[in-house]
Formats: sequence, C-alpha cells, structure tokens
Amino acid sequence: MSKQAAIIKVIHAVSELEADPRPDESLFDSGALDSFTLPDLVTGLEQEFGVTIPDSDLVPERFDTVTKIEAYLNSREA
Amino acid sequence: MAYLRAFGCYVPERRVGNEELATRTGRDVATIEKTTGIRERRYAADDVSVADMGLLAANDCLSKAGITAQEVGLILFSTGSAERCFPGPASTLAAKLGLTTTPALDLPVASAGSLIGIALAADLAARYSNVLVIAAEIMSRRISDAEPDTAILFGDGAGAALVSREEGFAHIADTALFTDGNYAESLQLQHGRTVQMKGLEVIMQASRKIPRAIADLLERNQIVPTDVGVYLMHQANVNLIRKVAATLKVPEQQFFCNIERYGNTSSASLLIAASEWWAAGTSRVTAPLVLAAFGAGFNWGAVLALPV
Repeated sequence: MSKQAAIIKVIHAVSELEADPRPDESLFDSGALDSFTLPDLVTGLEQEFGVTIPDSDLVPERFDTVTKIEAYLNSREA
Repeated sequence: MAYLRAFGCYVPERRVGNEELATRTGRDVATIEKTTGIRERRYAADDVSVADMGLLAANDCLSKAGITAQEVGLILFSTGSAERCFPGPASTLAAKLGLTTTPALDLPVASAGSLIGIALAADLAARYSNVLVIAAEIMSRRISDAEPDTAILFGDGAGAALVSREEGFAHIADTALFTDGNYAESLQLQHGRTVQMKGLEVIMQASRKIPRAIADLLERNQIVPTDVGVYLMHQANVNLIRKVAATLKVPEQQFFCNIERYGNTSSASLLIAASEWWAAGTSRVTAPLVLAAFGAGFNWGAVLALPV
C-alpha cells in the first residue's frame, strides 16, 4: 500500500467521507475534518505510521490535504 | 488524606435563551445549539459582583457540609472575570463571610481554575483542615456580540467545594495538573477587552490533552476508564465532552452534563456541575469519581476521588 493510500485509509476511519479525497483537496473545506476529528486523524496516523506527533504540530494547515499529510509524515521520518 | 466533603452553587435568575443570542449575534438558534449543546445561560444582574455570587455558592456549600465559615482554614477563589486586577475577590469573599484573619487566595485561571483549586486543596488540607474552593464568573460582561463564537458560549454562575482533612464522601486519591504557556494567546482576556478565543486551537488541544490526562491518571492508579462512576468535566462544549468520552471509550452518559442550561460558566462550570450531580442524590459514592478541566493558559488536568 502506498503512503497516500494508507493516509486515505486513516481519513476514512475518522471521518464520514465516502469517496477518496483528491491529493490536494482541502479536507477541512470538504467537511471531512474539523477541530474534533483532527485529533482522531493524528492518533490514527501515529498508529498507522509508527510516529509520534507532538501536540504543538496539531495545526490544521499541516493536515489540510493528503499531499500535506504525506509531506509532514516524511518530515517526521527524516 | 483529603476528602471531598460538600459542593454548592449559585446561578443568577436571568435566563438568556438562544433566541436572544441569535438576535444579538446573527447566528441561528439551531446552529448555536448544535455547535455548543447550549439552550440557555444565566446572566448576573448589573449590581452583582463575582464575590457576591461566590458568597452565595459558599454559603450553599457550607450549609450542606454542616460547618460555619469560622471553621474554614483557607479560601481559594478562582475567577477569570474579576472586576479589578487587585485585590481579587478572595479577600472580599472572606470579609463577606466575616473572616478577618483566614488566608484567602485568588486563582485567576479561567476555565480550569476550580480544578486547580481542588488539586491544591487536596495537598493543603493537611495544614488548613477545611479548604473552601470557590469559582465565580461573570462572563457576560467579558463578551462581545461582534464575536459570536464566544458570545454564544458563556454564562454566569458560581460553584463551591469544601475539601477537608477529616471527613467527606470521597477521598482525593490523586491529582494531575499541567500548563503549556505556548498557547497563552489562544484564549485570553486582556485588560479592558473582551474574551479572545481561537476556538479551533482550543478544541483541538483540549480534545487531545484532556483524555490523555485522565487516562494517565487512571492508569497509574490501576483503574480502567469504564470503572469510573461519574466524570465531572468543565462544561465548555457538549461536543468536547462527547469527544472525551469517545476517546476514553466510555459511554457519554457517565459524563454529567448541564451545559444545556447554563452554557460555559468558565471555571465555575465544574463546581456547578459537581454540585448538581451531588445534590441529585448520588452523594453516596460507590465508584471512582473523576474531575477534569481545560482552559486558558493552557492549563488542564484531572482529579481522582475514591469512595470512602
């Protein structure tokens, strides 16, 4: 499974989004994420990718699209 | 060892429904209730002070505890909406209670101040015997209708808790307090201004920090979240309370909730909720009790009390 596919799997697990989001589609504008579901997404990403995401990184801009999430995860793994 | 001995509260008579808030802010009634869980809140009369409301909650608490004000060894007064910078309402309250030598200290910590007061009282009861924790807020004077996100949330009220060295209905077994000042500007009230809140940031951080604080506190006391009898949380937003329950995998019915009637009364909300829960006939505690709060600072934490 590609990293983007794994990210999308986590997004589906924490949101009511039915279709796969496009890589650069805003997850907040589409209603897939809000302030209550972002913490769930972050926890899901931690479990899926085995990374620790500090609370200080919990800002919408970092997790607004699949592309941004992938870039953020790459930075955590670097 | 310190005990929770009694709770008390006071809420003003004036009810302010969502219809009035909708007219004032432009938000529709259904949206206000859906996003906050609030149906109405109470507003204090113009001539009432934070200390006045604290006195009424204190008298309710002392009456239920069956002790006089003269038996109080220390007062801790939480408010984020005091009328002046100093002195705070603690000394005014002490004077209104007829106390002229009893130490009375202010905790100017919005939202989480009453939880901090109980946690401190648990440690200080060994020295001061009866510690009276008060939280009173007049948030209606600190909001602007031009900022609907905060205007629709807040109400006024006061709560009280008596923490005693000698006796009570539950003993305070453990406490956990946290502060992260990097978020000081996320929720603030500057001199002469109205409340400024970055709601998204507050909710996101609270959604993560509160469950973690509770889970860690329970784990180190070898208690699983579902074994807790009741969770008493700062009544900030019903969706946040549901979120914390879901994260802990606990039925939300185990979280006492009265936000629909009072709104967010900042640091008073935890003690108003505790008082209503306690007065509802559940004063005989048979299972662990958890209090938790999150607010300006950010300050957050949890308190664990166990049956005696």
